[in-house]
Amino acid sequence: MKVIVDLERCEYHGQCAIAAPEVFDLKDESTLVWEAQPDASLRDDVEAAVDVCPTQAISIQD
Amino acid sequence: VSRRVVVAGGSLGGLRAVERLRAAGWREHITVVGAEPHMPYNRPPLSKAVLRELVPNGDEEAAAREVAAAAAFPVRVDSSGIDWRLGRTVTGTDLDARRLSLDDGETISYDGLVVATGLRPRRLRTEATTPGRHVLRTADDAVRLRGALVAGAHVVIVGAGFIGCEVAATARQLGCDVTVVEPLPEPMVGPLGGELAGAVRLHHERRGIRFRLARSLVEVRCGRNGGLEGVALDDGSIVRCDVLVEAIGSHPNVEWLEGNGLDLSNGVLCDDYMRVEGRADIVAVGDVARRPCAFLDGQPLRTEHWCVPTDTARRAAPTLVAQLDGLAPASTGQPPLSTFWTDQFDLRIQGLGVPGIADEYSVLEGRVHELESGVAVGAWRRGTLTGVLTVGLAPAAMRPYRERLLATQAGMTVTA
Repeated sequence: MKVIVDLERCEYHGQCAIAAPEVFDLKDESTLVWEAQPDASLRDDVEAAVDVCPTQAISIQD
Repeated sequence: VSRRVVVAGGSLGGLRAVERLRAAGWREHITVVGAEPHMPYNRPPLSKAVLRELVPNGDEEAAAREVAAAAAFPVRVDSSGIDWRLGRTVTGTDLDARRLSLDDGETISYDGLVVATGLRPRRLRTEATTPGRHVLRTADDAVRLRGALVAGAHVVIVGAGFIGCEVAATARQLGCDVTVVEPLPEPMVGPLGGELAGAVRLHHERRGIRFRLARSLVEVRCGRNGGLEGVALDDGSIVRCDVLVEAIGSHPNVEWLEGNGLDLSNGVLCDDYMRVEGRADIVAVGDVARRPCAFLDGQPLRTEHWCVPTDTARRAAPTLVAQLDGLAPASTGQPPLSTFWTDQFDLRIQGLGVPGIADEYSVLEGRVHELESGVAVGAWRRGTLTGVLTVGLAPAAMRPYRERLLATQAGMTVTA
């Protein structure tokens, strides 16, 4: 599982960091860091992050 | 014979219902009926980026298709066995016969039903049928409104809720002359509370928006040619306008469920599993659903935030799949905390929990009249924190508030 974030779309709402705190971290209001290849056990959390992103900037590549 | 779940509603709630039905193990047929001609797309940009950036070119239908396609949600389920009936409306249903009818005369039988028909904008009660009247809900609405928001246009927005204020800010950015009419004493005062709402109003007034607060519209005035001339307010004043945006709230789309003995007084009444009045074969998803709210001692509440379709589909779909297989639904656990946001000019207001039911507000952090420096306001109901609003705060700064609200909610949750 590879996590892709389109930073052109990202508006730093921080919803991903709530849904999947082990994968996404918003350092400040304009710096998002994320684990690009998280463990498969975190799949549900990453899918929840994809769902709740207000700008739909996150996708998963298998 | 294979069974069928019908998802009535083809927007975010319908999409999430389909995804979660498949995730819950439903391998049989799914039929989605959506009133709009578009695949599910993201609506929040309609009042902001879409209005700001769209270049009107005359062909509104094509432009709406492009807007909806650009904002379309990725469909992350295998499309086999899923039948999307778009541009069709469910007009009636017989819940005992498990059958519903569409506007083109077709009837569809189902084994399970997901009610996800959402909302439509409330309209002003007026005979005036001028082309200058607008609402904003769909891509087609946004394209039509964008065509009217030319620089220098006189725009009146009725209703100073989130949508009204977002459209006001965008119209101002497009160079329009903007007046907002609102019967309450401040814009967005329900969710924000008076003090924060007043500070946001000042921020907007400095950017040229005029507010006519504690005033109601009494008449839409048209000229002899039928064109819009202005609106009359309850203090006898007239506000001239070429464009009138009606942002006065929404109606749940439930008329198609009438005649089945359901309580449809404000959306569809559900339990904590999202079952419609305890029925085994019907669940509801999204802002059409009125469901128990822990912060209200379990009394039902209907909420219209963007997070609601996703959150409710995660409960409704497993419930329906279990019950169609004759099983009891799994425990739903604690409901997720609602989150919402609104972007107006350079302000981002974020909300957590249920601030709209509060009886008192207090500043938790920062100063209300220095919005850009970061402010958090707590919303209290009978001495209990039910929601938090922040302006200009980084998401990480919201974490302690979120944890506090979740702990409060857990203590108040009434188990289904």
